[in-house]
Amino acid sequence: MRPVSLIEGHVSVLDRNDVDTDQIIPKQFLKRVERTGFGEFLFFDWAKQPGWDLPQNPILATGRNFGCGSSREHAPWALEDYGFEAVIAPSFADIFYSNCTKIGLLPVVLAEEEVRAVMGAGHASIDLAMQGVSWTGGEATFEIDPELKRRLLQGLDDIGVTLQHQEAIDRFEAERERNGPVTTSLS
Amino acid sequence: MPESMFDKIWDEHEVAESLLYVDLHLVHEVTSPQAFESLRLADRRLRRPDRTLATADHNVPTDGSTAAEQIRDKLSRVQVETLERNCEEFGVPVYSLGSRRQGIVHVIGPEMGITQPGMTIVCGDSHTSTHGAFGALAFGIGTSEVEHVLATQTLQQRKPRSMLIRYEGELGYGVTAKDLILATIGQIGVDGGVGHVLEYAGPAIEGLSMEGRMTVCNMTIEAGGRAGIIAPDDTTFEWVEGREAAPDPLPLDGWRTLRTDEGASFDRVVTVDASAISPQVTWGTTPGMVVGVTGAVPEPAGDGDQRALEYMALEPGTPMSEIRLDRVFIGSCTNSRIGDLREAAELVKGRRVASSVNAMVVPGSQEVKAQAEREGLDEVFRAAGFDWRSAGCSMCLGMNPDIAAPGERVASTSNRNFEGRQGRGARSHLVSPKMAAAAAIEGHFVDIREWE
Repeated sequence: MRPVSLIEGHVSVLDRNDVDTDQIIPKQFLKRVERTGFGEFLFFDWAKQPGWDLPQNPILATGRNFGCGSSREHAPWALEDYGFEAVIAPSFADIFYSNCTKIGLLPVVLAEEEVRAVMGAGHASIDLAMQGVSWTGGEATFEIDPELKRRLLQGLDDIGVTLQHQEAIDRFEAERERNGPVTTSLS
Repeated sequence: MPESMFDKIWDEHEVAESLLYVDLHLVHEVTSPQAFESLRLADRRLRRPDRTLATADHNVPTDGSTAAEQIRDKLSRVQVETLERNCEEFGVPVYSLGSRRQGIVHVIGPEMGITQPGMTIVCGDSHTSTHGAFGALAFGIGTSEVEHVLATQTLQQRKPRSMLIRYEGELGYGVTAKDLILATIGQIGVDGGVGHVLEYAGPAIEGLSMEGRMTVCNMTIEAGGRAGIIAPDDTTFEWVEGREAAPDPLPLDGWRTLRTDEGASFDRVVTVDASAISPQVTWGTTPGMVVGVTGAVPEPAGDGDQRALEYMALEPGTPMSEIRLDRVFIGSCTNSRIGDLREAAELVKGRRVASSVNAMVVPGSQEVKAQAEREGLDEVFRAAGFDWRSAGCSMCLGMNPDIAAPGERVASTSNRNFEGRQGRGARSHLVSPKMAAAAAIEGHFVDIREWE
């Protein structure tokens, strides 16, 4: 994963709440076995509706509970492939938030009125190290898990980080191996 | 200090801070190919194939095809074949098309007895919350996390907050688990559970069958919840006992200690009056846009509601019972188990599907299908004019040939009424199996409590 630090640029606005991942990337595109090339299908059905305008900018500002529904990581893949580096919203669905952080697409939670101000300004700058967002006429700070922030700033590979705990995992398995089901032993 | 069931399972599985051990990893064809590919590229091994299990469900046609090579859609075929190849290469047991165990991943896990109380279970699928019905901590993950679990058998995870949903009173006649969870989502909202693990408790929950509890936990994600969980009890133990992968004897002493201790604290407590819940029907494009069947399409409360009404082609004030249907779908990981099919069959027995309606029943697994056929339910459905299909996700998400046409209105026992979910331009109304069955016969929604 490439490190995330400063993200600056124009803001695309999608002023809707509860945008589900079925809208972000409809199911017919989940049949692909690759990780790339999803951007052209972003908001596939909505993009055909009159008045739709979502320029390819570094920042997307949107409504509450963004990314709800299906766990498909194809949704962040599509947003990133389209050109977005950060999404600003009053809240995110849990799985979507996590999925974004795994690929270095920065989810930023701001208060509703702050998101509205960013939408109005049309341009913003996000500093992950400072946990700050600034725009013409305003600025705000955002919360992020410190460990998550460290990984994003350094672009660390999650599996690599976890494998540093390999001994702890080995020990856990040895000491507390459950009688639980062994999938490979079913006839 | 008194602990919640969630606390107990979490503590038991935390290998290091915020690193959770995974007891069971379920895999399906849609969210896994990129994970296996990355594993291969990094030359990493799959740590515990014996705690991993795969099936093909999202893409499979429900026409009785018995091998991936029979799938006509090329992309779907490649995806199922890729799953089979990946599982073979990494030593993961896979129940693909043609296997007697094939079915929707959240149906076959419990059915085989591999879903057990006290476990941690993940899958690259948001409806993994289903398995919480057994007192397991189960939730959906993305593809990068699938790869992480394949490689390490753990998941990096900050501990979510906890929420208790306490139901007061009992469910009334004709009111089901599906109505209970739809009404709950309507009450707390589609983001009401974000960041929380939801424990469902109270007499209305204790009175549910395992199928009903799975329906409730399944839709936790539609309230934004990270996971849903229900205390295991005798109903649970009886259901698990004797299943293929179940321990013999059951470790009941351990399982009985899982339940939330008296006096345990939760970050949030919500009370729901179960006795006030009526059969529910969604009117909009989120599962929280829901009313009782005796109600009417509401006045829009904002832009989102207005957009939903336009998409659904509904006028405020229209009684729900006057909404006419083109299709009825009984199936999905929410409502395709044998108990669901029995409930629906009981209502359609000796009746005919309305001539204007195209109705289908899709068992959740080959085992459910076989069981239903042993009981003659397939004949009941067929005689009434239902299409009796083979196991898969089917019209819940339209990744396979079972798709509703643009503008068609569907009464569906599935979990999502999102725009285009069941087919581009299709209009979905979420209901219980009983409500779907009655709607198929009448061609519109009816209050099954008064339906003769």
